[in-house]
Amino acid sequence: MSETILRTAIRTVRLAPLSRPRLTSLLSGWRGLSRYLSPLLLVVLWQAACSAGLLSTRLVASPAQIIVTAWSLTRDGTLPVNLGVSLLRAVSGLAIALTAGISLALISGLSRIGEDIVDAPLQIMRTLPVLALVPLFILWFGIGETPKILLVALGSTFPIYLNLHKGIRSIDPKLLEMARTLGLSHRQTIRDVILPGALPDLLTGVRFAVGISWLMLVVAEQVNADSGIGHMMMDAEDFLRTDIILVGLFVYGLLGLTSDQLVRTLEHVFLAWRPARREKGQPT
Amino acid sequence: MNAIPQSVPRQSGETRTQNAVTVQGLTRRFNGGPAVLDRLDLTIAPGEFVALLGRSGSGKSTLLRTLSGLDPVSEGHVSRPQDVAVVFQESRLLPWKRVWQNIILGQAGGNDGRARASAVLEEVGLGHRADAWPLTLSGGEAQRAALARALVREPAFLMLDEPFAALDALTRLKMQHLVAGLWTRHRCAVLLVTHDVDEALLLADRAVVLDSGRIRTDLPIPLDRPRRHADPRFEHLRSVLLESLGVHDD
Repeated sequence: MSETILRTAIRTVRLAPLSRPRLTSLLSGWRGLSRYLSPLLLVVLWQAACSAGLLSTRLVASPAQIIVTAWSLTRDGTLPVNLGVSLLRAVSGLAIALTAGISLALISGLSRIGEDIVDAPLQIMRTLPVLALVPLFILWFGIGETPKILLVALGSTFPIYLNLHKGIRSIDPKLLEMARTLGLSHRQTIRDVILPGALPDLLTGVRFAVGISWLMLVVAEQVNADSGIGHMMMDAEDFLRTDIILVGLFVYGLLGLTSDQLVRTLEHVFLAWRPARREKGQPT
Repeated sequence: MNAIPQSVPRQSGETRTQNAVTVQGLTRRFNGGPAVLDRLDLTIAPGEFVALLGRSGSGKSTLLRTLSGLDPVSEGHVSRPQDVAVVFQESRLLPWKRVWQNIILGQAGGNDGRARASAVLEEVGLGHRADAWPLTLSGGEAQRAALARALVREPAFLMLDEPFAALDALTRLKMQHLVAGLWTRHRCAVLLVTHDVDEALLLADRAVVLDSGRIRTDLPIPLDRPRRHADPRFEHLRSVLLESLGVHDD
C-alpha cells in the first residue's frame, strides 16, 4: 500500500510541472470569457422572453429585431446621416470647449490678476446645472444648430477649465525653483515645465468633457431637433418603434465608449514618460 | 528681486581673480524673527572645494538658497560668478523630458545639444541612459544626471545641496568618488552642503561649520588626495569637526 502511495506521489510530482501551466492558462482563458458570459446570458434570456411572448415588443424590441432594424437603418441611410449630424455637433461643441477651457485656464493659471478676474465667475457658473439653461438657450438662439452646439460647449468647458487650472497651480514648486537656478526665462518655464506638467490634468479634464458632451447632446437633440440620433429616437417614439429607440441607445453607448478609448489612447501617447502602473505626482 | 550683483570680470576683476564667491555681513531673517544668517562672512577661492556643515536649522540651506539666487539679499553683500549651477538633494529632473533633454534644458545652441549631453552623460557614467525617462532611473542614476545637468553649463561655481543624502551607502561612496574626479578635471569652485563629516573630509579643501547663522569653525583640510579614513590626521580632523558640531567622539 505504501508503495502505491509512493508511486502516485511520484506520478503527481512528474505530472505537476507539465499540467500546471496548461491548467492556469485554461483558467485565465475561462476568466476572460466568463466576464462576458453573464451579459451574453442576459441577451439570450431577453431574446427568449420576447420570442415566448413574455415581453411585449411594444415595450421592448427583441435583440434580433434590434439587429435587423440597425441594419436596415444603415442601409437606407437614416442612421449614418443622423450619426453624422450628432457627431458634428459633439465635435464642434468640444472644439469650442477645448479652446475656451484651455484659454481661460491659462489666463487664470499663469497670472494672479487673471485668476482674480476669471476664476470666481467660472466657479460660480459651474455650480449651475447647465441643462437648466435649455429654455433660455432656445429663447436666445432659436431651435437651430447654435443652441445644441453651445450647450455641448458650455457643459464641457468646465471640466477642461477646472482640471487644467488645478494642474497648472499644482506644479511641483521644486521644479520651478530648479528652472530658476537653470536660468530659464519665464517663457521657457511655461513651455518646458508648467504646460507639460499640467498635461495629465488637462487630459483628465478632456475625458470628463467628452462624457459630458454626449450627455448634453442627448438632451439637446430630444428637446427640439429635426436630425441627429436623439431626434431619430424621439421620432420613433411616435410610432412605438422601440427597436429604433434601442438602436439609438446602443449608438450613444458605442459613441461614449469609443471617444473614451480615444482619449485614453491620447494619454498613452502623450504621457509615455509615466512609468507603467504608477500614478502621477511621484517624487522625481 | 534677484539682488545678487554678478561679479562681471571687467568691472571687478580684482574680486574675480581673488575670490569666486564673497559673502559680507549677510543677514537673513524670516518675518522679523531671529536671524537665520547673522552677519555672515565667507569667501571661496576659484577652484576651491568648501564643505559646509551644520546641524539642522543652522542656516546651511538658507545660505545656499541665497547664493543660488533663489532668495533675495536684504542685508549684506554677496558676489558670485555669473555661471553657477546647483545640484539638490532630489534630482529635480523634468519627468516629461528624456534624460539628455533634461541635461541641456534651457541651453542655447541648436544642433549639437544632443552631442554635448551625450558627452557629459558619458563623463558621469550614464551614457547608456541618455534616452531613458527620468522616472525610470534609480536614485543614484538620477543624481548622476543632475550632476551632468550642472556640469554641462561649465559653472565657475557649483553648489551641491546634500546631493547624496537620499542615496544608499554604497551608491553614496561611488558618487563621492565621481564628484572628486569631476572636480579634479573641471576645477570649479564648489560649495558642498552636507551632514556627513567623512564626506566633507574626503572631498573638501576646507570645512566650514555653521551654527546659529554664524561660522563657528573654518577648518582647512591639508590632506593629500586620495584620502584614507585610516590616516591619523584624518582621524584628528574628524574629531575636531565632530566636536564643533556638538558631537563628542569617544
